[in-house]
Amino acid sequence: MELKEKLLASFAVFENNLDLEDPILDLRNDSIKVFENKGFPTKKDEAWKYTSLAKIQNTDYSVFPKDEDCVNYQEVKKYFLHEIETYKLVFIDGVYSSFLSETTHMGIDVCLMSAAFKKPQYKQLIDKYFNKAASKEDSLSALNTSFSKEGAFIYIPKNTVADKPIEIINFSSGVEAALMIQPRNMIIADQGAEMQLIERHQSLTSNETLTNVVSELFAEQNAKIDLYKIQNDSLSASLIDNTYIDQKRDSLVSVHTFSFGGKLTRNNLNFYQNGANINSILKGVTIIGDKQHVDHHTLVHHREPNCESHQDYKGIFDQSSTGVFNGKIIVDKLAQKTNAFQQNNNILMEDKATINSKPQLEIFADDVKCSHGCTIGQLDEDVLFYLQSRGIPKKEGRALLMYAFANNVLESVALPVVKKRINKIIAKKLGVELGFSI
Amino acid sequence: MLKIENLHARVEDKEILKGINLEIKPGEVHAIMGPNGAGKSTLSSVIAGHEDFEVTNGSVFLDGENLDELDPEERAHKGIFLSFQYPVEIPGVSVTNFIKAAINANRKAKGLEDMPANEMLKKIKEKSSLLEIDRKFLSRSLNEGFSGGEKKRNEIFQMAMLEPKVAILDETDSGLDIDALRIVANGVNKLKSKDNAVLVITHYQRLLDYIVPDFVHVLYNGKIVKSGTKELALELEEKGYDWIKQEAAH
Repeated sequence: MELKEKLLASFAVFENNLDLEDPILDLRNDSIKVFENKGFPTKKDEAWKYTSLAKIQNTDYSVFPKDEDCVNYQEVKKYFLHEIETYKLVFIDGVYSSFLSETTHMGIDVCLMSAAFKKPQYKQLIDKYFNKAASKEDSLSALNTSFSKEGAFIYIPKNTVADKPIEIINFSSGVEAALMIQPRNMIIADQGAEMQLIERHQSLTSNETLTNVVSELFAEQNAKIDLYKIQNDSLSASLIDNTYIDQKRDSLVSVHTFSFGGKLTRNNLNFYQNGANINSILKGVTIIGDKQHVDHHTLVHHREPNCESHQDYKGIFDQSSTGVFNGKIIVDKLAQKTNAFQQNNNILMEDKATINSKPQLEIFADDVKCSHGCTIGQLDEDVLFYLQSRGIPKKEGRALLMYAFANNVLESVALPVVKKRINKIIAKKLGVELGFSI
Repeated sequence: MLKIENLHARVEDKEILKGINLEIKPGEVHAIMGPNGAGKSTLSSVIAGHEDFEVTNGSVFLDGENLDELDPEERAHKGIFLSFQYPVEIPGVSVTNFIKAAINANRKAKGLEDMPANEMLKKIKEKSSLLEIDRKFLSRSLNEGFSGGEKKRNEIFQMAMLEPKVAILDETDSGLDIDALRIVANGVNKLKSKDNAVLVITHYQRLLDYIVPDFVHVLYNGKIVKSGTKELALELEEKGYDWIKQEAAH
């Protein structure tokens, strides 16, 4: 059975098992119809021209998560920011792991989507926010909506600062031969609230995993959210990340996406500016090799005046890996005095590596500053000789240069422990130890 | 200390060095002068081990050890230092981090641990004051947006930190105003000792007023056609290179 058919058949079973009180039952039914009509996107769709989902649809995935599973903490400790205190929402194969998690309801809510769907006290928030930022027309987001069951639910009330960073970690354990999971995260920073989030997808197995995740972030007036996405490097894991961010006036949201591989990674990162004086920051570092594929599709929709957006994506592509960057900026007629910047720089380490980079600017206002720049290059041999002449061997020299190349993006990471962790991952990926850390 | 024997080198099909012989003893300063295109920069690149140049004959020795088969970094580990005519820019790596990486790479090659942070800091302070470099400069990205003078000062700062046996200064005076020239030359003079040697490569005599050579060699058409003392440099300054070319033609 094709994956689409399988999912449609599974939805019937899924729906039968739902609570009668399910608050989004109608929405699920509408959404599955969108998916039924549109199916998986193909290369004929403009937005999917360079990313084919054909190769991940041939697998016979198990689509229903089993009961709570267990992995040994010592085995996965390295994927946590164990150096500092954090709240943790950990999911193994899509199922919440209470053993590895640390939730709270003290002043802020760091808990589960499944609880938010069930408990009456969250009904108001579900009604107000659920699926309000996500696209209703996007078939993969709709697919996620129809199956929405579990994920992170975070609510930071008015003028409150989350006292610790919050980690959302999705492990796949390999207990199934092939697994498809669809986490759904809802993150709300009320007026003047602040939080720092780390979202990690990590496969622990060589079994196939397909993750189709939807995250909705809401930054109310004057709220501040920093989100760090760390995406896994297992060659058998594929990730489709659909993130939708709804910003109100005076809010600041930054998203850093660190992509270190996977069989296929597609990031759909969408910012909607619904107020004046908003700042949106989108940064990314991609370092991949083998036959890995990472696709960044960003959208910043400037709808109101006096707002800013800053995008900076760096990619390093080795062997026969492929990359895509498509940065779309829309500036509505109303959005005068917009400052929108976009930068995408790439290094191809080998002839077989590929990057398709495309800025897409649609500007309807006349008093705006928009700039975009894109470079694709190789490491300069003269620079390497300079490093060698100072005693730095070629391999380390290459690493140093790539490190420096990615450094702009790392500089804006506000959590030192995340910066250190990314430093380490990059150094390991490049196979060197540097004599310093940036 | 540094010995060059019958060195021939070419890039692609073009022969540039056509049999160079030179010996530099510890504590000596040698200058190589010559008109444009004589092969001066090629000589410095070949000594440092640049892969683009193929050595077709002859050898370079450091303290009796043949360097021919060594990579550029291995030559650096042995004590060869090249101050570049055009130092490269490395955005994203500060002067300090770069020198840390270089020092520790050299230590690693010698089987030593990384230099302790306080020792590194002390050394950076000491050597940067020698070259009148301020703190702000040290945290800037390497050579990015540096003036000509800053770039060259940074080269000599690296030399001071790495403490090579043989320092080759390739056109270190180009692009320098007189103040910068004085600072750079003073730095080199302070670093000079009886245990190291300096090879100054220059088109003009000006730098040699500050870094006084024990010997001056004239490179023309890939060969050393004349050697002498510092007076030779003055003569070249006065008469230009034409008489050398004429002499060589006969």
